[in-house]
Amino acid sequence: MNTATVKLSATVKESITDKPKAAWNYKNGAYFLLKALLTVSGFVIAVAVNIFFPQKAAVEIKNYTLSIFGLNIGLTMNDLYRALLVGLILIYTVSAIRSLADKDKRKKFCKNAAFRSALGLALAVWDIGGTKLQIFAQPFFPGPAQVAEAYLADGEYVLQNTLYSLRLYSAGFSCGVLLGVGTGILIGWFPKVYYWVYPVLKITGVVPAVAWMPFALTLLPNSFTAAVFLIVICAWFQIAFLTAQGIQSTPKQNYEAARILGSDPVDLIFHVAVPHAMPDIFTGITSANAMAFTTLVMSEMLGQPGGLGYYINQSKVWSAYYKVLAAIVIMAVLFSLINHIIGRIQKHTLRWQEGVVKK
Amino acid sequence: MSSSINISQVDRIYTDTDGRTVQALKNVDLDIKAGEFISLIGPSGCGKTTLLRLIAGLDKPQAGQLSIDGRKITGVDPERGYVFQQGSLFPWLDIGHNIAYGLRARGQLKQKKAKVGEYISMVGLDGFEKSYPHQISGGMAQRVAIARALINEPKALLLDEPMGALDSFTRADLQDKLLELWKENGTTMILVTHDIDEAIYLSDRIVIMTPRPGKISRVIEVDLPRPRHRGGIEFLAMRKEILELFELAQAQPQPEYNI
Ligand SMILES: Nc1ncnc2c1ncn2[C@@H]1O[C@H](COP(=O)(O)OP(=O)(O)O)[C@@H](O)[C@H]1O
Ligand SMILES: [Mg+2]
Repeated sequence: MNTATVKLSATVKESITDKPKAAWNYKNGAYFLLKALLTVSGFVIAVAVNIFFPQKAAVEIKNYTLSIFGLNIGLTMNDLYRALLVGLILIYTVSAIRSLADKDKRKKFCKNAAFRSALGLALAVWDIGGTKLQIFAQPFFPGPAQVAEAYLADGEYVLQNTLYSLRLYSAGFSCGVLLGVGTGILIGWFPKVYYWVYPVLKITGVVPAVAWMPFALTLLPNSFTAAVFLIVICAWFQIAFLTAQGIQSTPKQNYEAARILGSDPVDLIFHVAVPHAMPDIFTGITSANAMAFTTLVMSEMLGQPGGLGYYINQSKVWSAYYKVLAAIVIMAVLFSLINHIIGRIQKHTLRWQEGVVKK
Repeated sequence: MSSSINISQVDRIYTDTDGRTVQALKNVDLDIKAGEFISLIGPSGCGKTTLLRLIAGLDKPQAGQLSIDGRKITGVDPERGYVFQQGSLFPWLDIGHNIAYGLRARGQLKQKKAKVGEYISMVGLDGFEKSYPHQISGGMAQRVAIARALINEPKALLLDEPMGALDSFTRADLQDKLLELWKENGTTMILVTHDIDEAIYLSDRIVIMTPRPGKISRVIEVDLPRPRHRGGIEFLAMRKEILELFELAQAQPQPEYNI
């Protein structure tokens, strides 16, 4: 009894003395500064390695001229690589400053510090192994500066192909979304349409879109529309499927409430059923999006006059693996960006769900 | 503006998927005067919701007729507002848009936009117009549902246990709000409840229903002056009277129909 009391008072005392001492975590200014330095340190090391590590292996450092706004800049692959690294350092510095004000952002920034610094170190190691000493198998694993060289050597061509991919994707995916949501609404709303169309959708939906390529290539007027068609069907079925599900799961009471308030059937579709289906529609869009990327690259590799997939194929023929990697890097950035944009739209559209625990 | 409602000889028989039938309402007769506050009370399963849905036009009777101001009820109409027991707000719309729903659906939002704010204030929800239904309490949600129904200026408001899921403090609060709105608008009110106190506190007449088959067993006039006091002698006497009626109804052996 007595000892218990003593113990209790001891813990109380501890917690009291603990309080005024600033916690060593993301809330602390010095801690945050340290994490910010850690974040950029890897990239700083990568720059230093690129500048100071001797170029032992026989790699030709070519000079390129870059014209920007009528300005001609002489540039080597190392210059571009360093510029990109400095760009990353700047981006993370800005991100550190921007997250200062927000508690959650600070926490997230601190959490990412170790990974980001490792990323920089990995680039440094890759630079040494791939370019400086060439201890990695060549020509499959050129260093990061050599990958950057592809943008100098092929800059305009890479851009053209990127834009081609982007055109294919946006034409195919936006049509796919429209058709998917449209048919999904019809299937979800009209039992007759459900009866006749849903089973067809269910069966054709499991077939990967690229399987239709032979038909698409022969029946459609040109290869561009053929690829668009493939992306359309891969988005269409998936989105229609989920839209229909979302429409059908709308609680009866929502319809009744709306009808009593004065909604006509069209109003019920667009102001009750569709908003209710929105979370499902977005589930469909995100999963269709991933499939659309696959379909896009595959159809480009198998019969397009352009696009990043086409560029990869073409570079492979010449064993220009640094160009293959360069195209892969663009894909990674581009597709992440598209995912990010869709995520933003989703978050905004479904803001009414924020804080709701999903069933 | 208010409506009189006439219900005569109404039967409603449900058939479930196994083909079994339940007589939810049998031979229901009721006349509701314009501007009257009526409560329907009775044990669960006695057909209160069924009757309210028939009045709303959400459902049709097998026999008998329902009419409003002499016109037969054939379907839903914004002139008869309805407040569901719970969870009927549109979760994807914020409070302001939930309340504005009826105006928008009937193409009147442009002319009557100012009314939205008015009705938000009327139910005491200023500052919440941008909140979403999951962010507010059950009591607030029911007030939104009431405001959403009232913005259409219905001639009759049908309420199906609107306070069933609320704690007693919130409930008393909302009851007063309801009385206030009733006095202001003169709307005919039909309230389903299983709370005897609530029925006495609010209504002009209490309709007592009994189950299997659902029918009206008594209609009691509440001629207590308003505002009423829940602890008043007459109040308690009336409460006792109704309770006894229920015990009597329960004590009688009920034949099992259609099972
Ligand atoms: N849609 C339905 N299908 C079959 N039976 C129903 C349906 N709705 C209500 N019932 C039955 O009708 C009776 C009355 O129901 P209801 O009107 O909901 O009662 P209350 O609202 O008084 O609790 C109950 O026995 C109930 O099971
Ligand atoms: Mg009920």
